[in-house]
Amino acid sequence: MSRHRAVRNLDYDEVMDEFEENLEEEEENRLLMEQGVADVRDALGAEAAKVTKTQIEEALWHYYYDVDKSVTYLTTKFINPPQPKAPKPAAPKPTGKFIIPLQAMLPHELQDSLHWAEDNRDGLGGRASRLTGFRQDHVGFRVPGSSPSYPLPPVCLSTHFHDMPWGNIPKGRESILIPPVVPRCGLLGGSGAPPKMTKLQALAAARKKKAQEKTSEQEVEQTRTQMTGLSVSSTPTQKENTPLSGAFSKRLKTSSSTAQGRVPIIPTEPRSESEQSVEPITKEPEVVAEPVQVPPVKKAQPSAFAQTLFGGPTPTFTIQQDVVTLGLAPSVLEAFSKPSPDDIVLAAQAKAGKKPPAGQTKKSKLSTTNSVTSSVAELKIDDTPLPKSRNLNVLSEFEKSTQKKNASFVVVGHVDAGKSTMMGRLLLDLNVVDQRTVEKLRKEAHMIGKSSFALAWVLDQRTEERSRGVTIDIATNRFETDTTAFTILDAPGHRDFIPNMIAGASQADFAVLVVDASTGAFESGLKGQTKEHSLLIRSMGVSRIIVAVNKLDMVNWSQERFDEIKDQVSGFLSATGFQKKNIAFVPVSGLHGDNIVKRSENPAVAWYTGPTLIEELELSEPSARAMEKPLRINVAEVFRTQQSQVTVSGRVDAGSLQMGDAVLVQPATEKAFVKSLLVEDAPADWAVAGQSVVLHLSHIDPIHVRSGDIICDPNKPIPKEKTFNLKALAFDFLMPMQVDVHRGRLHAAGKITAMPALLDKVTGAVTKKNPRLVKPGQVARVRVELDDQVPLEAGQRVVLRSGGETIAAGLLE
Amino acid sequence: MRFASRRQTVASIDETEGVELIITDPEDLWHANNLIAIGDIVYAPTLRKVTTESSTGSTSTQKVRVELAVKVTDTSFDPRASELRVMGTIVNENEIAAVGQYHTISLKYSDRDIKFTIWKMQGWDSVARSQLAEAVSETANKDVVFAIVMQEGVANLCLITQSRTVVKQRIEHTIPKKRSSRKETEGGMSDFYGKVLSALLAAINFNDPYSRSGIPKQLLLASPGFVAQNFRAYMKEHAEKKGDKPLARLAKEAAVVHTSTGHVHSLNEVLKSPEAQATMRDAKFTNETSMMDSFYQKLRQDDGRAWYGVKPVAKAIREGAVGRGGGVLMVNSAFFKSMDVAERQKYVALVDKVRADGGDVRLLSSDHESGQRLDALGGIAALLTYPLHDLDEDDDDEDGAQVAGSAAGTTII
Ligand SMILES: Nc1nc2c(ncn2[C@@H]2O[C@H](COP(=O)(O)OP(=O)(O)OP(=O)(O)O)[C@@H](O)[C@H]2O)c(=O)[nH]1
Ligand SMILES: [Mg+2]
Repeated sequence: MSRHRAVRNLDYDEVMDEFEENLEEEEENRLLMEQGVADVRDALGAEAAKVTKTQIEEALWHYYYDVDKSVTYLTTKFINPPQPKAPKPAAPKPTGKFIIPLQAMLPHELQDSLHWAEDNRDGLGGRASRLTGFRQDHVGFRVPGSSPSYPLPPVCLSTHFHDMPWGNIPKGRESILIPPVVPRCGLLGGSGAPPKMTKLQALAAARKKKAQEKTSEQEVEQTRTQMTGLSVSSTPTQKENTPLSGAFSKRLKTSSSTAQGRVPIIPTEPRSESEQSVEPITKEPEVVAEPVQVPPVKKAQPSAFAQTLFGGPTPTFTIQQDVVTLGLAPSVLEAFSKPSPDDIVLAAQAKAGKKPPAGQTKKSKLSTTNSVTSSVAELKIDDTPLPKSRNLNVLSEFEKSTQKKNASFVVVGHVDAGKSTMMGRLLLDLNVVDQRTVEKLRKEAHMIGKSSFALAWVLDQRTEERSRGVTIDIATNRFETDTTAFTILDAPGHRDFIPNMIAGASQADFAVLVVDASTGAFESGLKGQTKEHSLLIRSMGVSRIIVAVNKLDMVNWSQERFDEIKDQVSGFLSATGFQKKNIAFVPVSGLHGDNIVKRSENPAVAWYTGPTLIEELELSEPSARAMEKPLRINVAEVFRTQQSQVTVSGRVDAGSLQMGDAVLVQPATEKAFVKSLLVEDAPADWAVAGQSVVLHLSHIDPIHVRSGDIICDPNKPIPKEKTFNLKALAFDFLMPMQVDVHRGRLHAAGKITAMPALLDKVTGAVTKKNPRLVKPGQVARVRVELDDQVPLEAGQRVVLRSGGETIAAGLLE
Repeated sequence: MRFASRRQTVASIDETEGVELIITDPEDLWHANNLIAIGDIVYAPTLRKVTTESSTGSTSTQKVRVELAVKVTDTSFDPRASELRVMGTIVNENEIAAVGQYHTISLKYSDRDIKFTIWKMQGWDSVARSQLAEAVSETANKDVVFAIVMQEGVANLCLITQSRTVVKQRIEHTIPKKRSSRKETEGGMSDFYGKVLSALLAAINFNDPYSRSGIPKQLLLASPGFVAQNFRAYMKEHAEKKGDKPLARLAKEAAVVHTSTGHVHSLNEVLKSPEAQATMRDAKFTNETSMMDSFYQKLRQDDGRAWYGVKPVAKAIREGAVGRGGGVLMVNSAFFKSMDVAERQKYVALVDKVRADGGDVRLLSSDHESGQRLDALGGIAALLTYPLHDLDEDDDDEDGAQVAGSAAGTTII
């Protein structure tokens, strides 16, 4: 029987894919079948009249063409039945299905390599004559009759079952419906019997109340949270009943049989995909819940629920029933001897005074393969209790709090402009790093001949960054002034690492652009990443920029040079779209510390009286935060900590969250819980948009979380898309071409598949449809197709690059 | 691939006799896949299972070698295994299976040559003939190149043959970033390199007919930044530790190429590199890559000499603008695979017109980087002999632009 089970677990779609190539084996099966039928008839002799051909075939099918077994079965079943039973009805035989079991049994050599020696000339000899003529009419090539050794059927497959059209069985052969012996009870399964549900609910609730008078409000709330989480992925029933097989889960979508207690299951309608294999358990069985069977109510306690959901003792289903005749999976029967998870859920809901949301039931029915598989996965993950939520109103907490405002800024500019050195200096002068540390670094740097990079090493910590003297990835650091808690995002300047720079810029409120004022360096930077970075940060929505004109010590603090650079840079910055009032210039030397934290004492800089870099930073207002919107966190990094195998860092782009919250990780569509969190590196109970957070997640496998993912509200998840429309500003020529798509840390391969329209820059109206080419500076609607699904939603800012150049940036539509 | 008969040529095809071909190389199966269109008849040796009945009534199943002709309903080609499966209905009388039954002929090259015959139900038109010509042309250079295109945490292991690129494997590995300790990041990188190396070693199978000599002609390591360079160092170190001489040689001879990303589509940067060009000098793909580059170049110039998409290209050809003196028509060969007769004839007519006008016709394969770029352009593109404008004027009926006007106001920059 185990083979049959295996057959049932096969995925139908997959089978259909194999269908064509397996037709030949199908053919053999049929031969076997015909042979078998004849044999069985022989063996039964006169009794043969008492059974139909279908019944024989059925039996043969079950016993894999074992004639003896089939005969025994048929004799006991139909000819001398111990107690008459409803004969198993014949369902239409879908050919695809029919072939599976043998397929599974037979060796696959046919698919293996097939080589034919050239010496097989003789075999080829006669075929020319046989082949000539098929051009005219190859239907005419009928194989002459059947030879004794290969009994060939005179008809083809479709005619074999001609009187049993798929999904349209003649009335006479249709299944006999046996009404349920036990009255139906409505449950979450969607039977739509609210009064009964309420009864059960009430019952459960009453019991629960008794048993758990002292259940704290918190716990109920927690259960509710879990429920909310559930609505997104799957129902507990499925978790409980799914026989832990990924392939099986696909079936859930198509099948529709109902299990009712111990009543033999009979297909309720002609189903095209099922033959003998009545789905063992498919969807939520309508549970016959006798009050006695309602679990001891303490099961409704959140932690127990959590166990049921996420681990705990998973019921192992053993096969003890004769599945042959009933086709009723033992798991169904078994399931009823235990409290249904629905009971537990309902009890909890009743306690919480909440009606079971109708939509939830519906959703769970539609639940996809994904969620089922994932729920199966979840079953195994861990059984640690869910984190407790303090159930705060985060937004009002935020208003009450007297925290300093926080702001993050990205440091950009051409390679070697002195970005890391400047930030190292800033941290040193603010005593965030002490002199001793810097001295140590200086010694180490000196040893490999890179002493000028000592300050940069405060941020460049990777061995490779140090040995090569170049920043590769974003370094995150924090410091505080009297008014503000700042996050530094030190970006790499090298063009190869622009994907990392984009990741940093996407987390920033404003930017510090470092330009190298030394002779020639400024000019080459302007052609390179000074310009590209400015474009990128502007297209990612950064509107304020502080230009640190660096290395002025190398040009004797020439005011002339400063002004020259100021002119040129402000020129292209305004062309890029920065408003004049949002651009500031500071003459500095990162290496020596002039005008960074301390005002320069060098008389050569006396001409400058404006604010220092730190003063400019403090003048910057953080950008507006979308706290009211659904939660969105851009995952910047994923790493392991003692607190959690899955620790993520990133910025809250929108919404708010608190400890204990259920969150959804996209594109994996995996649920997780926030065990604890850090805000700006300090433990916290909650976080809001604009803050940099570190989340310790639980109940999720590390393989589901990657940098570039989005953590979102499970009730308002961000959709995943493979294609999207972009209202894009072109920096280079656009045409249908391969592109790299960047959104924050995300870096995906895709291509422009269409360019539906050129748009007016100001009004957004279509100026030309289907342009062949979009030129630099033009605004167009372009359609982009990605290689994989990616979480995307309207309003996000996306950058397109190609061949190492930024070619467009825009807003998702 | 070669003709079975020495006297057979592309010009001397007898439509009713069919064309008898011999597959002598795994690469030929790819050519065969290009050549076989839906509706063709293919005659080849194959195995078919038959059930026999003994006198006692028991049955047994065995595989029988038989030569079957099928009318092709579909083909599938597994690029990694170089295995071609031709699905169809049996059309020849035989002792085993009835005419009209489905059968799949599975062809895989391993050491022995395979003979098969093909009949074109629509006749051997010029496209079919040029595909055949290409298939039987003696490719002197059978070298293959391995390229690993990578970036931090992602690597694509590619096999480049004369006519196509196969992504053998994609390796992904999450690398702990700065927040974790420095050690962890570096440990993560070397785990990643370890994964890539074992994938590479698995791919350079010494029994693999692609690398009969054991080692591919060339190994190209490509990445932005230092990933490729570091991987090469890792290979060397690993080889030394293990005393693995062939690996050490491979590492020593491996060339490091700079690309802008680790995505597969950065392969075109690899193929353009002097390192690749040196090994695969007269490979078809290098010409095609540079042809696509020059097409994009001309398109940027926007001087009305580069067009893509069926409508404008067809118009240009009809006007005779794709002819002698620089006219090139580029079509994706997959275009012709499953077209119905009328459709195919239309495209064949375009091809014939360009040839008659003295222009060049290139059939690109979407199994190759250049073909994929052509795919993005709708599978067909042309370089014109003289500029034409407004070839796309009247096709504004397509949808897509409809969403317009609504999203005004939000400024991108
Ligand atoms: N003379 C002088 N040299 C400086 C100054 N700031 C930085 N440098 C030098 O410039 C070199 C590059 O400094 P980094 O801080 O690594 O530059 P970066 O912009 O972070 O470089 P990437 O991150 O690789 O793009 C180092 O040798 C520094 O010592 C400065 O104000 N004056
Ligand atoms: Mg740096």
